[in-house]
Amino acid sequence: MTKPHPLETRVVSRRFDQPDAHTLAGYLASDGFRALDKALAMAPEAVIEEVKASGLRGRGGAGFPTGLKWSFVPKQSPREKYVLCNADESEPGTCKDRLILEYDPFAIIEGMLIAGHAIGARRGYIYIRGEYRYLLDRMERALAEARAAGYVGKNIRGRGFDFELHAHTGAGAYECGEESALMESLEGKRGIPRLKPPFPAVSGFMGGPTVINNVETLASVPAIILNGGAWFAAFGPPKNGGTRLFCLSGHVRQQGVWELPLGFPLRKLIEDIGGGLRDGARLKAVVPGGSSTPLLPADTAWNIHLDFDSVAKASSFLGSGGVVVLDESTCMVKFALRIMQFYRHESCGWCVPCREGTQWLQTSLTRFHNGGGRAADVDLMKEVSENILGRTFCALGDAAAMPTLSILQHWRQEFLDHLAGKPCPFGARTSAAGAH
Amino acid sequence: MSPFSPQLEARFRELMQRYPARRSALVPMLLYAQDELGWLTPEAVRRIAELLGETELAVREVIGYYSMLRTEPAGKYHVQVCTNISCLLRGGDELYAHCERRLGIGHKQTAADGVFSLEEVECLGACSWAPAVQVNYDFHQELTLEQLDKILDAYAARARGADPSQGQGGAGSPGPRTALPVDGSGSRGEAALGTRVQEKS
Ligand SMILES: Cc1cc2nc3c(=O)[nH]c(=O)nc-3n(C[C@H](O)[C@H](O)[C@H](O)COP(=O)(O)O)c2cc1C
Ligand code: FES
Repeated sequence: MTKPHPLETRVVSRRFDQPDAHTLAGYLASDGFRALDKALAMAPEAVIEEVKASGLRGRGGAGFPTGLKWSFVPKQSPREKYVLCNADESEPGTCKDRLILEYDPFAIIEGMLIAGHAIGARRGYIYIRGEYRYLLDRMERALAEARAAGYVGKNIRGRGFDFELHAHTGAGAYECGEESALMESLEGKRGIPRLKPPFPAVSGFMGGPTVINNVETLASVPAIILNGGAWFAAFGPPKNGGTRLFCLSGHVRQQGVWELPLGFPLRKLIEDIGGGLRDGARLKAVVPGGSSTPLLPADTAWNIHLDFDSVAKASSFLGSGGVVVLDESTCMVKFALRIMQFYRHESCGWCVPCREGTQWLQTSLTRFHNGGGRAADVDLMKEVSENILGRTFCALGDAAAMPTLSILQHWRQEFLDHLAGKPCPFGARTSAAGAH
Repeated sequence: MSPFSPQLEARFRELMQRYPARRSALVPMLLYAQDELGWLTPEAVRRIAELLGETELAVREVIGYYSMLRTEPAGKYHVQVCTNISCLLRGGDELYAHCERRLGIGHKQTAADGVFSLEEVECLGACSWAPAVQVNYDFHQELTLEQLDKILDAYAARARGADPSQGQGGAGSPGPRTALPVDGSGSRGEAALGTRVQEKS
C-alpha cells in the first residue's frame, strides 16, 4: 500500500492505500464494478464516445488515443474479437503497471470487460511478464473470485453479456511487449513482430479484430465511465487528458511512483516530490519516458511539462512514464552503452537494421568506454542510428537509435574525452548480459 | 510416462482449454514445467510436444527465444541482478560484481555445490526501488551490499537446512516462492521489502 503524496491526483491509483482492494469484497466496497453496470446499460458506441471525450492516450508508450483505437474495430466480423491487456512491463525505467496489478487487479478486469462490451469481444487475455509471478498469482486469484461471483463468464450481471478472461504468463522477452509480437507469443510462438498494416484492430490475435492496451490505460477506464470523459480530460491540458503514473528513479533522494496530472512540471516532480538530487548534486540529464526516449539535457528538463505534446516539442516522448534522473557524475558513454546492450540483447533478430545495427553500435560504444575507440566512429554511430530509424517491422530499432542519437548530439565531447584518456566515473567493465 | 506431477498434468489440461487453439498454452506450460523440474529436461520437452500435438523441434525453437527458459539445471537459488539504467545509477554493477566475487561464479554459471547460480539481467520492473535483485521469483529491492550479503546468507542457510524432499538442483524446486510484499510496504521503497528474504506470502 502506498500513502498519497499531497501533490498527487489519484485516479488510477485511488485504491493504492486501501488494504483489501485486491479482494472482490474490498473492490466492491469502493465503487467496484459500478462502471461496468453503467457501461452495460450504454450502447457500445456511447462507451467509445465517452473514452474519446476523456482524451485518454495509451500509457504503454506510444500515446495513441484509446477511444479512437477502439473505434477502429469493425462492428461485424466473421472472426472472433479479442481484448488484450499488455502487462509485459519491460521498458527500463518503468515499474507502474506492477502496482496496479498488485493493489487494484479488479480495475484491470473491469476495464477489460468494458472494452469487451464496447468492441463486441467475448474473450480477453492479460499477458503478464514472466518475472512478475506473484502478480500473476494475484491476478489469477482475482479472476477466480470475479468468475465465482458472475463478473466473468456467461451472462454477466444478468445482461446477456458473455466475457471469458484469463491471465497468461510470458517467459522473459522485452520484444513480447510489442503488440504484434505479444500476439505471436500468445499464440505459442517466438515473439517476432508482424508487418503492419493490417493493424490489430482489423487482424490481431488469431487473426481476429483485437484491441490491445496497456494495464494503466485499461485500469483508467472504469473511473472515466463512472465520472464521465470530460471529468477525466479536465485534469490535463487539451488533448492530454487525465492523470498518469510517473516512475521516478535514478539520482534523486526519493525514488517512487506517483500519479500526477498530465502537464505537471518535471522540476516539481524532481524537487518537490523526489526531494531533489542526491547529495546536492547537479542535474545532467533526464530520461523522460523510459529507456527508448531521447534524453533531455538539464536546461530543457528543468523547464518542461510532463504531457505528450510538451515533451514532443522538446524532441522526445512521454513514453511509458519512466523518468530517470542523471546527475553530473554520470558517464554518458557508459549510459549509452548500457542502453545499447539492452536493445542488442532484446532485438529479436528479425530485421537486419536492428539486429546488425545494435550489434555494431554496442561494439563501438564498448570500444569508446573500455579503450580502443576511434574518433571517426562518433559520426559513424550517428549514421548507423539514423539508418535504423523507421526501417524495421517494429519500434525496437527506433527505441535503440533514439536515445543514442540524443546522447551523441548533446554529449559528443564525452566520447572524445574518453579517447583522450579522461578518467570515467564508472570505470571499465563490460556488462556480462551484453556479452551474451 | 509423464515427467510431471499429476497436479501439473491437470493444470496443463485446464490451460489448453483457455485458448481458441491449444498451442497458445505453450509458453506458460514450459515455464510451469521448469518451475517443477528446475529445467526443461528432454522428457519435459517431449511430453509438452505430445500434449500440444507439436514436434519437439517446434517446442525447442520457442524455448530458445525466451530468456527465462533453460535446458540445463541452474542453482537452487538463481540470483538475478539487474544492471539496467535505473539500477546502474544506484549501484547495480557493484551488486553484480559483489555476487561474482562472493559466489565465485560468473554470468549464467552455477556454483559447484548447486546452491547458487548467477545471472546479470535486464530491467526487472523495479526501477523506482533500485537497485534490484530477483532470487528465483522473489524480489529484493533498494539493496546495499550489506543487505545483499544478509539475503545471500539467509538463502545459503536455508539450502543447508533444506529438506531433501524439496528437490535438488533447480530454481524451480517446489515450495511456495511468492514475493508478495505481504504488509504492502516496500512498494514506495520502505526498507522492509529490500531486506527480507521473502519466501511466503
Ligand atoms: C519493443 C517494444 C516493447 C514494448 N513493450 C511494451 C510493454 O512492455 N508494455 C506496454 O504496455 N506496451 C509496450 N509496447 C507498446 C505496445 O506495442 C502497444 O503500443 C501498447 O500495448 C498499446 O497500448 P496503449 O495504447 O494502451 O499504450 C512496446 C512497444 C515496443 C515497440
Ligand atoms: S532498471 Fe533495474 S529494475 Fe528497472
